[in-house]
Amino acid sequence: MTMAENNTRDAGGQSRISAYLAAHLREYGLLFALIAIMAFFQVVTGGTLLKPINLTNLLLQNSYIVIMALGMLIVIVAGHIDLSVGSVMGFVGALAAVMVVNYDISIGVTMVTCVVVGAVIGGAQGYWIAYWKIPSFIVTLAGMLVFRGLSLWLLEGQSVGPFPREFQVIATGFVPDFLPGGETMKTLLDTRNFNVLAFGTGIIAASWVIWSGLQKRARNKAYGIEDEPRAFFVARTAIIAFALVFILYKLATFRGLPNVLLTMGVLTIIYAFITERTVLGRRIYALGGNEKAAKLSGIKTERLTFLAFVNMGILAAIAGLVFAARLNTATPKAGFALELDVIAAVFIGGASMSGGVGRIVGAVVGAFLMGVLNNGMSIMGIGIDYQQMIKGLVLLAAVIFDVYNKKKG
Amino acid sequence: MQDTLLDMRAITKTFPGVKALDDVSLQVKTGEIHAICGENGAGKSTLMKVLSGVYPAGSYDGEIHYDGVLTEMRDIADSEARGIIIIHQELALVPLLSIAENLFLGNETARAGVIDWRETNRKTEDLLRKVGLRDAPTTQVEKLGVGKQQLVEIAKALAKDVRLLILDEPTSALSESDSQKLLDLMLDLKAQGMTQIIISHKLNEVRRVADSVTVIRDGQSVSSFDTSDGITEDRIVRDMVGRSMENRYPDRTPQIGERIMRVADWSVYHPEHDDRQVIRDVGFDVRAGEVVGIAGLMGAGRTELAMSIFGRSWGQNITGTVEMHGRPVDVSNVSRAIAAGLAYVPEDRKSLGLILDDSITRNITISNLPEVARGAVLNEHAEKRVAEKYRADLGIRTPGVFQKVVNLSGGNQQKVVLSKWLFAGPEVLILDEPTRGIDVGAKYEIYGLINDLAAAGKGVVMISSEMPELLGMCDRVYVMNEGAFVGEMPKAEASQERIMSLIVNK
Repeated sequence: MTMAENNTRDAGGQSRISAYLAAHLREYGLLFALIAIMAFFQVVTGGTLLKPINLTNLLLQNSYIVIMALGMLIVIVAGHIDLSVGSVMGFVGALAAVMVVNYDISIGVTMVTCVVVGAVIGGAQGYWIAYWKIPSFIVTLAGMLVFRGLSLWLLEGQSVGPFPREFQVIATGFVPDFLPGGETMKTLLDTRNFNVLAFGTGIIAASWVIWSGLQKRARNKAYGIEDEPRAFFVARTAIIAFALVFILYKLATFRGLPNVLLTMGVLTIIYAFITERTVLGRRIYALGGNEKAAKLSGIKTERLTFLAFVNMGILAAIAGLVFAARLNTATPKAGFALELDVIAAVFIGGASMSGGVGRIVGAVVGAFLMGVLNNGMSIMGIGIDYQQMIKGLVLLAAVIFDVYNKKKG
Repeated sequence: MQDTLLDMRAITKTFPGVKALDDVSLQVKTGEIHAICGENGAGKSTLMKVLSGVYPAGSYDGEIHYDGVLTEMRDIADSEARGIIIIHQELALVPLLSIAENLFLGNETARAGVIDWRETNRKTEDLLRKVGLRDAPTTQVEKLGVGKQQLVEIAKALAKDVRLLILDEPTSALSESDSQKLLDLMLDLKAQGMTQIIISHKLNEVRRVADSVTVIRDGQSVSSFDTSDGITEDRIVRDMVGRSMENRYPDRTPQIGERIMRVADWSVYHPEHDDRQVIRDVGFDVRAGEVVGIAGLMGAGRTELAMSIFGRSWGQNITGTVEMHGRPVDVSNVSRAIAAGLAYVPEDRKSLGLILDDSITRNITISNLPEVARGAVLNEHAEKRVAEKYRADLGIRTPGVFQKVVNLSGGNQQKVVLSKWLFAGPEVLILDEPTRGIDVGAKYEIYGLINDLAAAGKGVVMISSEMPELLGMCDRVYVMNEGAFVGEMPKAEASQERIMSLIVNK
């Protein structure tokens, strides 16, 4: 989506590029920052960061943050905040553990129940926010305490686990490789393993990025919508395509495509599509941009706000299942303070506190940026004390950059 | 004693790519009221920002001689210390604090940091008396009307030993009677020897209070004269827009068709006080090709009427019927009102009409997204086509339709709001103060657009506080007072006197 500020005053190539860059500095900056941070840790950890096993870990570790960041972005774009997601995630994990481990209820029933419970929790909070105009900060702060307490109550203060194998695969499983040729490639490339499905997915995803990018560029040209300068387009697309192939190649040489990556990828694509290309998405941005104007334009702002929280609850529930499955146990402390990581990811990704601004892709990149920081610093053996400080400063820097950029532009 | 208090010489201020002020001169004599006239964007505000130190010395070229001395303002505190005080269009009071607290904000009467309330309240009473207010110093500012708030602003300036008082569009949000009070106060202050500058679009006010006028156009001072020289309003308008404005309201031959909309027995109660009836049994109708005006003072309930009809966006306990083409329609929420063929262009376009940080395109299509979508998926190119069409049809002046609306002038923003509602395809448009805060040239264009709408067979309801505008534009005028319609008259019989007498004699 190009919301380029047309600058017809100076059509000269050089200044056109700089004007474009100024308008999109944030997006390129985020991508560049992620690459720079990865490169930095790759060097200082002596190559550990991008080892297949660590890369797989990195994805698994951050999956639940990414999943919740998708919902949080929508909540924040709509002009609200949700402080309860960490608690809700923990509560749903506890619920799953009690159902599966204590009561032996089937995994399918448990998962469906958990997602429904998530939706109900989101709806219960959204109801007060949307229809009673209670500030979301207050409602979800209350929710945070309530669901933290409910988790404790449900688990009776104990950890419940372990889960049966079939439940664990939600988080730790890999998509089986049904494609032929793995053995040949393995010997050919002299790697421990080679998962053709994972690598193929990388190739297909990269091709799709290039193809759809070119398509969009051609269409925009035909309709005279200002597009990014060719050099930027080529560089950006090349970097993304290369990164996709590279990461999935690395994963292929380890254990293949994690189930969680698939879930995350599919959800990201769905949410990016909804927010950027659909009527529903546009209405959410309008709601966050100016609620009164949106309402007078015939948008049912209350219902939309309500649905944003229902959606958040569903995603928190999915994240709860993933988290519980990954730890293989539900503990009363699960998800503690996690809402802060999720919110930080969304703001690092360029969303605005006042609503109406932010992109799904930004939130996902923001989550991974935080994830790489965590992971890299842990490998380096930096203490949790410094980690917290550095993460805090990164968040502050990102938002200062946003505000400065907006003032200047 | 110096004759000229303020002498700004050859002020030039450049922003990247734009010359906002180009060799502007302004001379204000001691003890006079000096009016600065110009269209929006002409550079009036920039000039005042240079004077008050918002743009400090060194960021512009030219000299400011104040009291006969070459003066360089470093910041606002600097200019205030010299007695130059600006009262901005948007009031800068803290609504939840009392009058006294507001008056001495940042300038508290205190000993060792402890506020002396008795002294503060006593001084406040003095100041309030000077501006003709009788409210208690402890009254919360929020509880005052806009007119009184404006007077509190002036009292606040008086608290600071003001020598040069600058009022930026002081009456733009005031009703007729409040405006008169304010202008009287200005004349009072002048009699006490205070020098004042008034920035205004309203030429009748300028003529009433100003001793001299400077007209600014496109960042240049085009003329400067004393009002005693027999300058006509037309002359000022001509200087402001750079062309003669023989007819302020474009001609139209009304072709009035069948009745489209009829509202009957419309009653509305205040949203917070359910015993306060704000609209009382109002009924009116609109025919195809007709422009119907609703006249009245501020607070008469015109906006409340319009918003309550448009999807019950205001008030509670709403009763009455709305008929379109003789059939009752459901207008119980905004989307139903739109579906019934209504559109409402709000008075406050920035907070109710537009999403300022969004592009022109997005603002226009938001009222009717399904029209530019296939199923649930938006088509950006269809959106752009729509935006380009309205840009051309309505003459929205912008480098491109992806420009953010926050960067447009008031007139162009209003055209975006109109485009948005035209795109929804209404049969009746309710326009609430459609030309508020818009300069003379753009007003003429908006009038033309309203006439085009009527010519296309739509019904237009026009709410306005400017009576000449209603008389110039409408085929029929309803007069509203205290929530009820007190009169109706065709264009031929309408006059300012008749409308006023209906309001006064209720």
